[in-house]
Amino acid sequence: MNILRTSRIALRALARNKMRSFLTALGIIIGVGAVIAMVSLGEGAKKGVEERFNSLGTNLLNVFPGSRDHHGISSGGGGWQSLKVEDAEAIAAQCDAVRYVSPSANTRAQVIYANKNWNTSVQGVGARYPEVRNWEIEAGTFFDESQVTAAGKVCVLGKEVKKSLFEDEDALGKVIRVKGIPFRVLGVLKSKGEAGGFFNRDDVIVVPYTTVMKRLAREDHINSIDVQAVSMDRTVEAKGQIEELLRIRHKIAPGADDDFQVRNMSEIAEGAAQSTQIMGILLGSIASISLLVGGIGIMNIMLVSVTERIREIGIRMAVGAREKDILLQFLTEAVVLSFLGGGLGVIFGVASSKLMKYIPIFAGWKTIVSPQAILLAFAFSASVGIFFGFYPARKASKLDPIEALRYE
Amino acid sequence: MAKKIIELQNLVKTYKIGDGEVRALQGVSYTVDDGDFLAIMGPSGSGKSSLMNILGCLDKPTSGTYFLEGQDVSTFDKNALARVRNRKIGFVFQTFNLLSRTTALENVELPLLYTSAHSRERHERALAALDSVGLRDRARHKTNQLSGGEQQRVAIARALLNSPTLILADEPTGNLDTKTSNEIMDVFTKLNVEKGITMVMVTHETDIACYARKRIYLRDGQIVREERGKEGRD
Repeated sequence: MNILRTSRIALRALARNKMRSFLTALGIIIGVGAVIAMVSLGEGAKKGVEERFNSLGTNLLNVFPGSRDHHGISSGGGGWQSLKVEDAEAIAAQCDAVRYVSPSANTRAQVIYANKNWNTSVQGVGARYPEVRNWEIEAGTFFDESQVTAAGKVCVLGKEVKKSLFEDEDALGKVIRVKGIPFRVLGVLKSKGEAGGFFNRDDVIVVPYTTVMKRLAREDHINSIDVQAVSMDRTVEAKGQIEELLRIRHKIAPGADDDFQVRNMSEIAEGAAQSTQIMGILLGSIASISLLVGGIGIMNIMLVSVTERIREIGIRMAVGAREKDILLQFLTEAVVLSFLGGGLGVIFGVASSKLMKYIPIFAGWKTIVSPQAILLAFAFSASVGIFFGFYPARKASKLDPIEALRYE
Repeated sequence: MAKKIIELQNLVKTYKIGDGEVRALQGVSYTVDDGDFLAIMGPSGSGKSSLMNILGCLDKPTSGTYFLEGQDVSTFDKNALARVRNRKIGFVFQTFNLLSRTTALENVELPLLYTSAHSRERHERALAALDSVGLRDRARHKTNQLSGGEQQRVAIARALLNSPTLILADEPTGNLDTKTSNEIMDVFTKLNVEKGITMVMVTHETDIACYARKRIYLRDGQIVREERGKEGRD
């Protein structure tokens, strides 16, 4: 018996009891669909993380105080005041793999405009901040070096703050109060959206770091330094140069702990990519369990089916079907069923991947359907059919024709 | 001299039940010639089912030999027996044993599914078989749309499909009323007389048995009587 004929016989047998065939395949349909949906969620997350880090700029370095063993604190926080403005200036002047620096001094403040009130994060940065952080101005301008030197009372608003204080009104040129002090709005930053769902990056106002140090927080140390390397290839070189320089400046003996850390954004990006990959694998594995359950379901229903068709098997044997013929017939039924189920599951999975964004909880989540996942799911469902269909098929083929014909 | 279709020599069949044994057939020897119409009769427990199963190559004897058209099928393995059933034997059962939710045509062509015949050839031969039992126009009807007599005729058509040497009928009229029973027996007679197909039938009804030209009676696993001719039929 050839494959095509056996498949057609199997299809006919399955068509005789459409409802049962559908219910049998349901486990596979859901299993495959779930695997595909989960994998595309995972891929989407990976891509999303990739894109977020790309938007930060991959030749970005972060220098912040605190040794490896005491985790650096990135905003305000106690204890570590080892970074000075002079360090940033030295880095800019002496490290040739470094293009721009932007020192950072942060604080929080109440900002007021007319009758609107908003508590937000105040980021004190250098004039090169937009380039270093790859964050473009949407309207107006950014402050320049002269305003940094003068610790000018100027600011650039993040989109969220602009919306809260000004709504649709034009903010440029207006004066707002930060901690009671009047500041002039120079520009508005483009929206960057949420970072990892934890905080809104647009909920910020940006002022010169000198202004924070002198007028808002009265401190003489900076919280961190953002550094942009000359190019992606020279980022590691830049890191080395900065570390060397700061060790000399901070008089750190060889072998002693540094009182600062230089973090390479691309390392962080890789770390994040790795964890999203693990998440993707985890999701896929969990979904695969449902595929396994689907296979067990097929086996159970096929066993029931064999029992219900004992008479039929007897008749087939009486007219000349051999053990091999019966085995092949039932095995093909299982495989055809799981293959069709796999096909429907792919459709179901792709559809739910595309429609996921309409469900409120998943609104921001991206999904990417990968052809490899589809192929894999198909192959997997076919093998599930063969594996779980074998035992019932074998049972069917080993029936004694005389007893089968006598079966009630 | 007529060809010997079936030659049984000292057929013995014992079953193991629990600790003991049941001797269903205790040395049956018989010959069936080409074109014969034989009825096998006997009370339950006489061994007629066992004999039928062996004749139909569904089972093997414990000892003794069974020559079917000159071949000793009592030594065949399962696969070889299946081939014999496919090519040489046609079964007709008391309960028809058709596939449910299937058309008459698909039922009739079933044996050919296990040969290398292609679908068109299967269709044509199945239609021809249905024609010879007068059911060509019911070919597309499903089993549940056919009456008892029609279902049995479909079963007969299926039995005829591969031009078998021998048709074995096990209580073929057991589930039919008198009128339909006679119609079925007429079909058998026609096939036997006009097409020369050898018929072996198990029955417990004497008036049905009289359609056969030879009758053997089994008791306790042995043939106790043989009759010839159509006695007792009006």
